[in-house]
Amino acid sequence: MGDKGTFLYEIWVARGSLLSGAALTMQLSLAVIAIGSFIGCFGGLGLVYGPAPLRLAIRSVVEVLRGVPVLVLILFCYYGLALFSIDVTAPAAGVIALSGFCAAHMSETFRGAVASIPVGQTEAAKAIGMRFWQRLTYVILPQAARRMLPPWVNTGVEIVKGTTLLSIIGVVELLLSTQQAIARNYLIIQFYLAAALIYIIINFSVSQLGAWLERRFAYFRY
Amino acid sequence: MIDYQFNFDVIWRNWDNFLGALGMGLGLAAASLTLGAILGLGLAAARISGKRWLDRPVWLYVELVRNTPLLLLIFFVYFGLPEIGIYVLDKYHSFILTLTLYAAAYMCEVFRAGLTSIPNGYLEAGKAIGLRPAQRARYVMLPMMFRITLPAMSNNFISLFKDTSLAAAIAVPELTFTARQVNANTFRVVEAWLTASILYLAAAYLIAWALRRVERRYAMIR
Repeated sequence: MGDKGTFLYEIWVARGSLLSGAALTMQLSLAVIAIGSFIGCFGGLGLVYGPAPLRLAIRSVVEVLRGVPVLVLILFCYYGLALFSIDVTAPAAGVIALSGFCAAHMSETFRGAVASIPVGQTEAAKAIGMRFWQRLTYVILPQAARRMLPPWVNTGVEIVKGTTLLSIIGVVELLLSTQQAIARNYLIIQFYLAAALIYIIINFSVSQLGAWLERRFAYFRY
Repeated sequence: MIDYQFNFDVIWRNWDNFLGALGMGLGLAAASLTLGAILGLGLAAARISGKRWLDRPVWLYVELVRNTPLLLLIFFVYFGLPEIGIYVLDKYHSFILTLTLYAAAYMCEVFRAGLTSIPNGYLEAGKAIGLRPAQRARYVMLPMMFRITLPAMSNNFISLFKDTSLAAAIAVPELTFTARQVNANTFRVVEAWLTASILYLAAAYLIAWALRRVERRYAMIR
C-alpha cells in the first residue's frame, strides 16, 4: 500500500478506526431519527388535536428546542443532566439532545402536514361515521404521511450532519476518529476530504432512500 | 427533587462577556450571511443560466456542501487551508469564510427556487416593453425573487445564526464558547447554559420579528 506517510498507506492503517467511526455515526443517527420521529409524531398530534393547555405546553417546548443551537442543547444535556441525578454518558447525552431537536422539527412537520389536509376530508370521514382514530388512521395520516416525507428526509440529513457535534463532547464518531487519525499523520486535507466523502455518501443514500419512498408512495404511479 | 442551589451571581459578574459574545455571534452571522447571500445569488444565476458548463459545477458544489457537516467544513478551512499555503486567515476570517461558503449553497437553492417560480409572462412583458436582459434581471426578476423568497430566507438566516455556535469549536469567543468557559471556571452549569440558551432564543426571536416586519412591508399582496 505504498510507503509510510503516503495517503494510501495512512488511510489503510486508519481504516479500522474510520470505519468504526462511520458505523457509530450511522448508529447514532438511526437511534436519533427513530426516537425523535416517534416522539415528534405524538408532539405533532398534540399540536393539532390536543386541548389548549397541552398545545401551549408542546408549542413552547418546540419553540425552545428549535430556537437554541443544537450544540448548546448537546452541551446542556452533557453537563446539565447530571444535576438532575441522571447519569449520562457522552453518547447518551448526545442522543437525548439530538432526539429533542429531531422531535421538535418532526412535531412541526407533522402539524404542517396534517393541517394541510383539506377539512373536507375530515368532514367526509365524519359523515360516513368514522370515529377519531379511524379518521386519523384511514383518512388523515395516509395523506399526511406523503407530505411529511420530504421534510422528514431533510431532517434526517440534518441529523446525520448534527452527529458531528458529538465529537465536541468526546464521542468518537466519524469526525473525531478522523481528527485522531490526522493527529497521528498530519494528512489534514486528505483525511478531512475522505471524511467528507463518507458523509456525502451517507447523506446521499438517505436522500435517495427518501426519493425512492416518495416514488413508491406517490398518489399516481407512472 | 434536585439538590442544587441556583446562583446567578456568576452570570451577572460575566454579563458583559455574555453580551459581547452574543454581539460577536450576531456580527459573524451578519458578515457571512451578507457575503453568502451575494455569492448565493451569483450561484443561482449560474444555475438558471441554461449553460451546462455553468450549471453542472454549481449544482455539484451545492450538493457537496449541503451534504457535508458544517463542523467538518470549519475544521477543513481552519486547519486545512494553511496546509496548502493559505496562512492569511485568522480564526474569525476562517469561520466567516466557512459560513459564507456554507450559506451560499443554501441561499443558492432558495434563490434558484424563487427565480424559477417567477411566471414567464412577466419576463415576456419585460421583453415586450423593450427591456434589455440586464434590465429585466434588475427591474423584473430581482424584485419578484426577493419577495417570493423572503420567508425561506428568514428561515435560513435564523438557522445560520444558530450555526455560529459552532465557532466555539475553533475557540472563537462567541456565546457557546463563553458559556462553556463560565461553566468550566465556576461549575455553575445550569446557570451558564440557561443564560446562553435564553440569549440565543431572544436573538433568534428578534431576528424572526424583524424579518417578519420586512416580509409584511414587502408582501406581494397588501
